[in-house]
Amino acid sequence: MDVVIWSRIQFAMTAAYHWLFVPLTLGLALVMAVMETLYVVKKDEFWKKAAQFWIKLFAINFAVGIATGIILEFEFGTNWSNYSWFVGDMFGAPLAIEGILAFFMEATFFAVMFFGWNKVSKKFHLASTWLTGIGATISAYWILVANGWMQNPVGTTFNPDTVRSEMASAAAFWEVITNPVAVSKFCHAVTSGWVTGGIFVTGVSAWYLLKGREKEFAKKSMLIGALVGLLGSACVMLTGDSSGVHAAEFQPMKLAAAEGLEDGGRGAAFTIVPGIKVPKMLSILATHDPNGFVPGINDIINGYTDNEGNVIPSVADKMAMGREALAALAVYRGTEDPEAKAEALAVLNDNVQYMGYGHLEKPEDVIPPVGVVFWAFRLMIGIGMLVALVLLLCAYCVWKDKLGKCNWLLRAAIICIPLAYICGQCGWIVAEVGRQPWTIQGLLPVNVAISSLGAGAVKTTFFVFLAVFALFLAIEIRIMIRAIKKGPEVESIEA
Amino acid sequence: MSYEFLQNYWWCLVALLGGLLVALMFVQGANLHLGNKSLSDVQKRMILNSTGRKWELTFTTLVTFGGAFFASFPLFYSTSFGGAYWVWVLLLVTFVFQAVAYEFQNKKGNLLGVKGFRIALMCNGVLAPFLVGTAVGTFFTGSDFSVNKLALLDKSAPVISVWGNNWHGLEALCQCHAVLLGVTLVFLTVILGALYVMNNVDDKEIVAKMHRTVKICCVPFLVCFLSWAVLLLLRQGYAVAEDGSLFMEPNKYWHNLIQMPAVAVMLLAGVVLVLVSIWKGAFTGSRKGIWFAMPGTVLVVMSVFFLAGFNGTAYYPSCTDLQSSLTIRNSSSSYFTLMVMSCVSLLIPFVLAYIAYAWHAMDKKKITREEIEGEQHKY
Repeated sequence: MDVVIWSRIQFAMTAAYHWLFVPLTLGLALVMAVMETLYVVKKDEFWKKAAQFWIKLFAINFAVGIATGIILEFEFGTNWSNYSWFVGDMFGAPLAIEGILAFFMEATFFAVMFFGWNKVSKKFHLASTWLTGIGATISAYWILVANGWMQNPVGTTFNPDTVRSEMASAAAFWEVITNPVAVSKFCHAVTSGWVTGGIFVTGVSAWYLLKGREKEFAKKSMLIGALVGLLGSACVMLTGDSSGVHAAEFQPMKLAAAEGLEDGGRGAAFTIVPGIKVPKMLSILATHDPNGFVPGINDIINGYTDNEGNVIPSVADKMAMGREALAALAVYRGTEDPEAKAEALAVLNDNVQYMGYGHLEKPEDVIPPVGVVFWAFRLMIGIGMLVALVLLLCAYCVWKDKLGKCNWLLRAAIICIPLAYICGQCGWIVAEVGRQPWTIQGLLPVNVAISSLGAGAVKTTFFVFLAVFALFLAIEIRIMIRAIKKGPEVESIEA
Repeated sequence: MSYEFLQNYWWCLVALLGGLLVALMFVQGANLHLGNKSLSDVQKRMILNSTGRKWELTFTTLVTFGGAFFASFPLFYSTSFGGAYWVWVLLLVTFVFQAVAYEFQNKKGNLLGVKGFRIALMCNGVLAPFLVGTAVGTFFTGSDFSVNKLALLDKSAPVISVWGNNWHGLEALCQCHAVLLGVTLVFLTVILGALYVMNNVDDKEIVAKMHRTVKICCVPFLVCFLSWAVLLLLRQGYAVAEDGSLFMEPNKYWHNLIQMPAVAVMLLAGVVLVLVSIWKGAFTGSRKGIWFAMPGTVLVVMSVFFLAGFNGTAYYPSCTDLQSSLTIRNSSSSYFTLMVMSCVSLLIPFVLAYIAYAWHAMDKKKITREEIEGEQHKY
């Protein structure tokens, strides 16, 4: 395998591993902040102990999330050197702002939250707990602004003098931070974190109830966990809908792959699993119109006319225009003659929007691995709905005090913890594998985004990181399970 | 605001973040005492918990330093990170272990044991300042790379910044002048760590040992630092001509120093502050040396960055393809990106203020033996 493949595998592994820890951070932050608020408002020591227990689990998880986050940031430079230059102007800014605005908030107030119980006032401590979660959420916003820009690169213009994409104007930054793809990604990802946090708290509480331990703590925690999870589930469904519409608009190939749709058309059906279809449903989801046109893979390859009547060229035509742009760039950079320069610039400007296609070998290169995306999409939706149902039942039963008769539900809640993680991973597989071969949609394919490294070097670091990640995951799970088995130590207060 | 002003402003911010990063590396320096056999386990845990409340600030500063470099000077990010691959990966691995070592080391079931994680912290304690120092050292010695923006048009080798050898950064270990800065930083962070711990921990024995550490380390630190500085002022440097081309200028950094008196004053003030902190830490009973050492370190590091980048100097020179060298002008982001980020940077004083407030609130009570042996949250 070549360096492109190894760089992709390494980045995919780091990102997937990072996302094992982030959703729990986002979700648990909300749960523990709510509990500590109850403690401060009700002045009830029970809630303090409860919050402290979940903060303890939060801290175990938080450390690994930080460790993997820094690797991701550095890997943009170490493994995607061309990418870093080509779009550092656009992509670096949200990353730097994330550092200034979010990371320091998280780092500072995490220390106060973790160590400050007897050092600062109750209210300052409560504020610190909220600010840790808010910091994590702001951080998610900025990194998803960066990611959203890769999916839908707005507000940028190619500068042939510097050979990179640059911010078109100061106002363009506003376009970047309000990019509809970024906004819906942020809402979708953060609230999916609430679902993970919610089901984690619900599942752990269910385990205590099955063991007949910490009953009051478990029931109260379960109620809060299930409500946070349900709120998250509702938001995830709503934002999932807008994600579908955005994919149809900005990344039709991703949608076609997620649907396994070879030939599109008007009134397209939604495939639940192969062989079972809901008529017109895909058109409704993608365009909010039962007769809306949804292009399939072949339509995109061969060209089509979209719902607004725009003629979308075939990939072969886009590649031809892309090559013209690249050839014009070579002329522009290679000549000192002002006339020839102006002429080359005009050709470049006419074709620049397809310049990324000029790097492709053949039209089929624009098709992502359809099977992976198709099944990841179905798993994500299926598991997401199952988790939401379990959360709903748990919330109802704990509210009505009927959990005693529902051991099956408690077991289901525990099983849903790993399922929620699989669901989150599937979501990112759809988002990231679905946009291959592009690091930046339409602008820069992966094969020219790389660093000048040998495949052996990247292969070595891949296995080093794999070993480190596997070790950390094993340690984290062991420590987490021990902490859960030890319990929250609130029995004395309950009694 | 002109483009040049914004470029210079961001070089100042990168320098400030670099300075803060080195100053906050007291965490790394202090962690080396986890291997000090003359300290009891409780005393080691007091030190661990003392740095444990600050390590995330150091870590976050590193991340922000990286992010700021990426955003403001992307050609440096793509050239250095993609080229000096092994240096950055090694640095990453030590920091990754550091990030989990605090939380995991005293928990049962951690697989590596207390000792394993303490060794990881100590490796980070030596390697982090050494690698950062050596990397900054190459700002003056140069690295083996070339930049060709038209490479993007070549499908078979499309990478713009290409490293010239397969050591990918490790060859810097053969550049004595760069390595000397790495060693200087190791001693500096040990001194910073000792000054921080004596201020933050309430234990007579630990405080006495920290005073001793400063006394022992100040001599090698000063010898290394002064040798590095003298060699710097004597060496030829990478200068930028008016037309943007690069040429070698004898005593370039000495010229920079005398042609930028404000930087000279800054450097001098920083050195004096560090010397005062060493004197306080080594030869008086004062425990407040850290409050001189940290601002002193920030000033010195900032002036080193200014010497490297301002006054028509290439801050990331290529020793094999001179014209590929990176300058503040040829490697920065575009006008609008720098402009937008500059607006955001106005929030930095607010960030520093809440960090200072939280730091003050948390450190009002020093760390005591009772606290470590008690039931509260701790590492």
